[in-house]
Amino acid sequence: MNKTCRIVNLQEEYSQLYKENLSLLENGAPEKMNASRAKAFDLFVEKGIPSNKVEEYKYTNLQPFFKGSFDIALSSDAALEGAAENFNCGVPELDTHNVFLINGWFANQDDCNQLPKGVVVGSIREKAEQYPEVFEKYYNENTPNNLDAMAAMNTAFAQDGAFIYVPKGVVVEKPIQLVNIMSGDNDRLVFQRNLIVVEENAQVKVMLCDHTISPQKFVINNLTEVFVKENSVFDIYNVQNQHNLTTQVSGMYVHQKKHSNILTNNLTLHSGVTRNNIRVTMDDEHCESHVYGLYLSDKNQHVDNFTFIDHAKPNCQSFELFKGVMDDSASGAFTGRVLVRPDAQQTNAYQSNNNLLLTDNAKINSKPQLEIYADDVKCSHGATVGQLDDEAMFYLRARGINQTEGRILLMFAFAYEVIEKIRVEPLKENIRSLVEKRFRGEFDKCDSCVVCGQQGSSVSCL
Amino acid sequence: MLVIKDLHAKIDDKEILRGINLEVKPGEVHAIMGPNGSGKSTLSSVLAGNEKFEVVEGEVSFNDKDLLDLAPEDRAREGLFLSFQYPVEIPGVSMVNFMRTAVNEHRKYAEKDPYTASEFLKLMREKKKLVEIDSNLTNRSVNEGFSGGEKKKNEIFQMAMLEPKLAILDETDSGLDIDALRVVANGVNKLKSPETSTIVITHYQRLLDHIVPDFVHVLYKGRIVKSAGKELAHELEEKGYDWIKKEFED
Repeated sequence: MNKTCRIVNLQEEYSQLYKENLSLLENGAPEKMNASRAKAFDLFVEKGIPSNKVEEYKYTNLQPFFKGSFDIALSSDAALEGAAENFNCGVPELDTHNVFLINGWFANQDDCNQLPKGVVVGSIREKAEQYPEVFEKYYNENTPNNLDAMAAMNTAFAQDGAFIYVPKGVVVEKPIQLVNIMSGDNDRLVFQRNLIVVEENAQVKVMLCDHTISPQKFVINNLTEVFVKENSVFDIYNVQNQHNLTTQVSGMYVHQKKHSNILTNNLTLHSGVTRNNIRVTMDDEHCESHVYGLYLSDKNQHVDNFTFIDHAKPNCQSFELFKGVMDDSASGAFTGRVLVRPDAQQTNAYQSNNNLLLTDNAKINSKPQLEIYADDVKCSHGATVGQLDDEAMFYLRARGINQTEGRILLMFAFAYEVIEKIRVEPLKENIRSLVEKRFRGEFDKCDSCVVCGQQGSSVSCL
Repeated sequence: MLVIKDLHAKIDDKEILRGINLEVKPGEVHAIMGPNGSGKSTLSSVLAGNEKFEVVEGEVSFNDKDLLDLAPEDRAREGLFLSFQYPVEIPGVSMVNFMRTAVNEHRKYAEKDPYTASEFLKLMREKKKLVEIDSNLTNRSVNEGFSGGEKKKNEIFQMAMLEPKLAILDETDSGLDIDALRVVANGVNKLKSPETSTIVITHYQRLLDHIVPDFVHVLYKGRIVKSAGKELAHELEEKGYDWIKKEFED
């Protein structure tokens, strides 16, 4: 059922919401999910929705966005109500295995027989029952409930999400695409919890495509836990494409073992308020991680990427690159914490954050934060904030290219480096054209998504 | 083709051009020489429309249009081309994309249909051959990591693509070895026709052995203080600029 809650004072009502509906939250959910709730709830209540007084959320005060009158779906039926026919399953160009989630709940997916043998994809609450040994071993084992109130909130409230399991030695050729759709007749509060386990010597690429298809206000707290075992390769591309009334707090917690290679790329193309918490724990030697992001903001949009690369063991490498183009009165923040622990010798860590501000009102706060406790390491970081290059613009104009076109070329040139990091060729192509359209102002959420083919609706053009 | 009358321009309240008069007719090659700081590059920047400089007085007509009234991109589309002394590196913008955009903007202005991808690539192949530019250069980002010589060759390649009526070569010879100079000069000569004109801005006479001027002007302290035939270039090479300065000061 859909429960309507009115949030004015935050903690009070969220506590009440939890307590009054605990039996519904627990209903049908896996045992470990329910067993984790109480402790996480206490941690959440203790810390509360972060305001800008919390150091980690200094540039993104979430409190005002988590107030209001929301529907919250406490069952699959409620989440899917009325939305089932609204989405489009046709995916142009990209050959992917598609999984559709509506308001945080699993809706349906392509034929699983197309997947390699042993690969499991589906609803986390369902698959937890079928594969209890995997679920019990990993669920909530890499989520910092004690450090981040939003992670704790997710653990306390989440009921469904996606589950992906790739067994030892299996290479999944087709990317798996999780299409997250927000829909409803009232403003909504949404929780989603994903669990991805990539076993030894396995490979998989995942795309997370976030959409809104109705004009209501959506407040989303989603969290993805990823375990990448020895010698495996994992990519995740999160394409965030939502309307301006969306607030999304998105947690991505990746845990790596020996010789594994991971890539995360957060492509925030359009959204209201986005906070990405990205944490990579390199918990074994010879891990390699690539953590990338691109954010294109205008109007009053706000994007905050908070990253934490934990070099816990020696001989690991990390490459971090975030780039942003901010127009109008957009604001943003980047925090890049890199921790090199005392025995993590021979660490190579590179970090870079570059920003292009197109107006005097656009704003970015960039904060590299390197903590190095080992003495034989290579670490570098750089943060830049700049404007479009006047000389380059004149050069283009002197060749007959007008200012508008020149601006697009230069903005695209700036963003291009992050797009080049995409390791799925057709996705790279699609993102390239999507970004160009975004700069041209031809793109909005009304277009069907070139990535997942999701149709927008004109009412969602806010 | 180009008529400059009493042109004055300044940057940060400093007057650099102090009354330039010059007429260039179709088919002519003019060389503008002069000591450092005489205003040669300022003149080319002002003609191309660089907004860093402020025109305070004078007129410039280009094919009977008021050049100073046009935006830089429209000057280019009208057929004015500036080969930059320091071509700008633009990482992330591919040469192909840059040139296709530029060429099609020109065509749109002339009310012609844009080139299709294959027409465009064919044109590019032809022009690359014409100006002897290394194929690989056009697969890279605009001027990114190009050597000095490659950047200048790239300017001439762009000129070949855009087929201007008037080309202004701003110290295109500076920093070029003799082979690159030959390639650049050959390119310019091949692109010349009775309808097109060239203004060569240079410090030295060597380039003028390859691109033979009809007129040589000496620019000094923001004015053209001497104009003559090509023999003037040789005289300047031999005697330097001191005698001009002296003559002018007197």
